[in-house]
Amino acid sequence: MIAKNDDANRIYILIRESEAEILEEWIAILKRQIVRFDAAGEEATRRQCAQLLGLFRNAIQSGKADNIDGRDWDDVRHLLSEISQARARQGSTPSETATLVFSLKQPLFARLRIELAKKPELLAEDTWTISSLIDKLGLYTIEVFQKSRDQIIARQQQELLELSTPVVKLWQNILALPLIGTLDSARTQVVMENLLQKIIDTGAAIAIIDITGVPTVDTLVAQHLLKTISAARLMGADCIISGIRPQIAQTIVHLGVNLEDVITKATLADAFLVALERTGSAVHSGARN
Amino acid sequence: MERIPILRMGDLLLVTIQVDMHDRLAMMLQDDLTARIVKEQAKGVLIDISALDVVDSFIGRMISNTAAMARVLDASTVVVGMQPAVAITLVELGLALTGVKTALNVERGMALLGKNYL
Repeated sequence: MIAKNDDANRIYILIRESEAEILEEWIAILKRQIVRFDAAGEEATRRQCAQLLGLFRNAIQSGKADNIDGRDWDDVRHLLSEISQARARQGSTPSETATLVFSLKQPLFARLRIELAKKPELLAEDTWTISSLIDKLGLYTIEVFQKSRDQIIARQQQELLELSTPVVKLWQNILALPLIGTLDSARTQVVMENLLQKIIDTGAAIAIIDITGVPTVDTLVAQHLLKTISAARLMGADCIISGIRPQIAQTIVHLGVNLEDVITKATLADAFLVALERTGSAVHSGARN
Repeated sequence: MERIPILRMGDLLLVTIQVDMHDRLAMMLQDDLTARIVKEQAKGVLIDISALDVVDSFIGRMISNTAAMARVLDASTVVVGMQPAVAITLVELGLALTGVKTALNVERGMALLGKNYL
């Protein structure tokens, strides 16, 4: 532990003595390695690097260079998470984000070589300390980056779910459910719940499920549709499937999916006419008397 | 001992389930209802399950069976007011209640029966 403290202390002094030079070299390396580096980006990166180096120096002063999970490294970890999350939102690649941290090694090693040229043992020891420390910080950055990306993906999935399942009221007692995109189990669940809730809310007697926007219908999608229809029927509402394209009609028959108990129509207009008839309304064309 | 009441209205029988169904209660309802249909010579049965928000496979089967028995005794049966969660559960359990009429609420259920048995 004493040896560690010595290491940490030497590194601390090293950074303190030549902080400005290290920063300049670090940024120069970043400029070479990261292609996208405009003026605004440079300003921001310079600020981040200076802040990070300062915090890094303070943290290493505490003497715990072997454990970045400790409280002494709280500030550094916090800043790294911020940088990493911001970069995930801007769409940086993981390697760009990691490079930001890993490229600090080179200027530090260069300093060490000059400083400890006469003491190869210490040089090797300190090089190892810094190397493993920065590796840990780099890995931590990647981890946060990954997590932020996962969060973004999860949020987008959620938004997609909400976007794609509207239930609209077409007429008194008639609902329409225009489905767009492939139906999987999770979406079917949301669609089913939305539809059933809307049936209760509006007291609708007929729901038209329009599958014009569903690219393919396989046995699984058909099964999901049939489940939704059964559930609506249990609640006392009939369902009509409309918007069946020629290819889909062929696929359904080839797959042997049984849609015989369900009313199917080619277009939403046809389905709407049937629904109007069922609910006792009608559409008249021609002049009004 | 708690029982589910069966009300007579003309030649209709009304069953409203307002309490949590448990297995014995469901069995008793089946006995009572079939006995009443025969006794009153009922032509229609309306089962209101709007207060039922939890079903398991047994209760689901009991509802399905009770409705089927009523039909065998020549009374048209309508199950009304099923909650979305119950409907989804029954479908997932594979109990689609085929052959049983359903309606959104008691009013619609009555209309359905009225058309059918008159």
